[in-house]
Amino acid sequence: MKIALFITCFNDTIFPNTGKAVVEILERLGHEVIFPEAQTCCGQMHFNTGYQAEAMPIIRQFVHTFSAYDVVVSPSASCTGMVRDMYRLAAEVHHDMVLAEAVDQLAGRVYEFSELLVNRLQVVDVGAYYPHRVTYHPTCHSLRGIRVGDAPERLLRAVRGIDYVPLTSSSECCGFGGTFAVKNADTSMAMLGDKIRHILDTRAEVCVAADNSCLMHIGGALHRQRSGVRVAHLAEILVAQE
Amino acid sequence: MRKPESVIIDLSPHFEIGAKQALQNTQLRRNMGKATQTIRAKRAAVVDEMQEWESLRVAGQRIKDEVMRNLDTYLIQLEAAVQRAGGHVHWARDAREANQIVTQLIQRAGAQEIIKVKSLTTDEIRLNEALHVAGITAIETDLAELIIQLANEKSSHILVPAIHKNRAEIRALFQKAMNLPDLTDEPQQLAAAARRFLREKFMTVTVATSGANFAIAETGSVCVVESEGNGRMCLTMPDVLISVMGIEKILPRWDDLGVFMQLLPRSSTGERMNPYTTIWTGVHQGDGPREFHLVLLDNGRSDVLADRVGRQTLHCIRCSACINICPVYERTGGHAYGSVYPGPIGAILTPQLVGTAHASSLPYASSLCGACYDVCPVRINIPEVLVHLRGKVVAEKQATIQGTLAAENIGMKAIAQVFRHQTLYEAAQKSGQLAQHFFVTDGYIEQGPGPLASWTKMRDFPAMANQSFREWWRERKHNDKDKS
Repeated sequence: MKIALFITCFNDTIFPNTGKAVVEILERLGHEVIFPEAQTCCGQMHFNTGYQAEAMPIIRQFVHTFSAYDVVVSPSASCTGMVRDMYRLAAEVHHDMVLAEAVDQLAGRVYEFSELLVNRLQVVDVGAYYPHRVTYHPTCHSLRGIRVGDAPERLLRAVRGIDYVPLTSSSECCGFGGTFAVKNADTSMAMLGDKIRHILDTRAEVCVAADNSCLMHIGGALHRQRSGVRVAHLAEILVAQE
Repeated sequence: MRKPESVIIDLSPHFEIGAKQALQNTQLRRNMGKATQTIRAKRAAVVDEMQEWESLRVAGQRIKDEVMRNLDTYLIQLEAAVQRAGGHVHWARDAREANQIVTQLIQRAGAQEIIKVKSLTTDEIRLNEALHVAGITAIETDLAELIIQLANEKSSHILVPAIHKNRAEIRALFQKAMNLPDLTDEPQQLAAAARRFLREKFMTVTVATSGANFAIAETGSVCVVESEGNGRMCLTMPDVLISVMGIEKILPRWDDLGVFMQLLPRSSTGERMNPYTTIWTGVHQGDGPREFHLVLLDNGRSDVLADRVGRQTLHCIRCSACINICPVYERTGGHAYGSVYPGPIGAILTPQLVGTAHASSLPYASSLCGACYDVCPVRINIPEVLVHLRGKVVAEKQATIQGTLAAENIGMKAIAQVFRHQTLYEAAQKSGQLAQHFFVTDGYIEQGPGPLASWTKMRDFPAMANQSFREWWRERKHNDKDKS
């Protein structure tokens, strides 16, 4: 299958290893990955912060770049959700029915990485080996936004050598919330404090999620505390082999 | 446009300031954490046992959609039905008109004191304060409302207004206010003290006010749902009953109550059924109040109805499930919102009722985690409305010179330009990679410059990769070509 990769702006810039892992896993499974180089950002930060007029050209740029592809994958539940759930609203509010039509055509073909593997490609065992103690935080946009269900957990449990520990109160938000993390930094940290407590209670080495944005928040506190626990995107666990 | 002074809602302009103070109150954090966890578990248990819960939610949403599409018709129908049953109907454009109507009705009845059924709508219009100015004392009869009233505080939750207080604090309050120095903090003793205080009022006061959970357009019946029975006392014992109701509280048909009586108690108190449901239709000789007045309140609701995205807010049945599940509310408590309606529903309702310019921080008082949408019994997409309102807040700010010159606006506009073009975007990545060298230690920025500082004052920030993904991709393609 030909799969177009939507890397997302911050994975491109800050977490390129996640993208490399996605490419390697999909190629290992026999698929061809295409990277449309005109892509930049999905516009979520602008749209969700209220800069909606400013987000419109970014949204159009995304739709224009990816409309040609049958299957699009993104290692971010949050950005996938932006395209699938918010683009239509953005087009309607700005009375751009041509864009709305294009969004309707495209949105259903955009998949988050674990969704693509489990639901579309029907793969649970990607041949990974990872002999470490790992816990999993279901990010809000993967859990309640695009509803990936237990796809990430099924993928993790199929990894050889893994010591998987479920997280207590896992469905509660970590407090990231995009610009919420700086606009309401105090509340954001109060939420993060409880999330960190639950992560440390698992005695895991690594906290995994489907969004590097939330992991940047969680990992930022784990690192500040010198906790000895690190964060990693799901793809970076699944790429590891013996 | 409505004038702000015609809409009477307490405004705290900056949620983040109130939140910062509240977060430091350890007693509050403990009380709130315990209370919200308990009610969440109760709700989850009684919702999980309903196999048809999702269809009930859809049914609730559809009925409310129908109400909003035909609100004008149903309001007229309700008015006629109430009048047919011997009640009186009054129309109030805003808080001031509603307070005037209620005050005059009480004065005409010659009362100095009234008893009140717990009502958010009368809190919204600040009826108690307006009555106080007119020399009328309003006595709250809901136990938690009474606690708040005696403490001279504001409610912090729509259903359990004293959720932020524990029984030791309530004991101290009753000891002082009711002159009961020997009172213990046993719940039974506390309830008995309140009971003695309130019973005397129920027996002597002749006018009562209430809100309404539902009003049936078809029959003119009004419904109040409660737990204590104190509401039932107020609704049946006095001579005159005045109910103030937001115009969105209508249900078209008697049968529709069936849907909402299943949705509301389970979502609200986590009970299969609430203890007291009082439904009355006009007046009946020798039974209940001899005079019934229904005040239909707009107070900004028509404006909400006119907004295509925002109007779903009017579906709200004030169950408080969104408040109880909210991880922000759990930590800040209700007072940080500075609004009669706190939590997620308050963050979308208040800015729409008073205008986003007067509550511009509330749409940002959420991490958009979506837990509220999942538990809402009438499927209000709260995150969608929050984002929609943020758009309004920014557009309003951008219409002023100060807003245009604000650092955030300039920064966001610049970044948006960068994202429009691949070449600008890649140039920005490159310059970022170079510039960060001054700040990075071992792969992390621990003290960031400019806007990054508000992040790094609390957590570390990962450094940008020296090679972006797209640079790696190009290099790989190039190497593959060389190989072949």
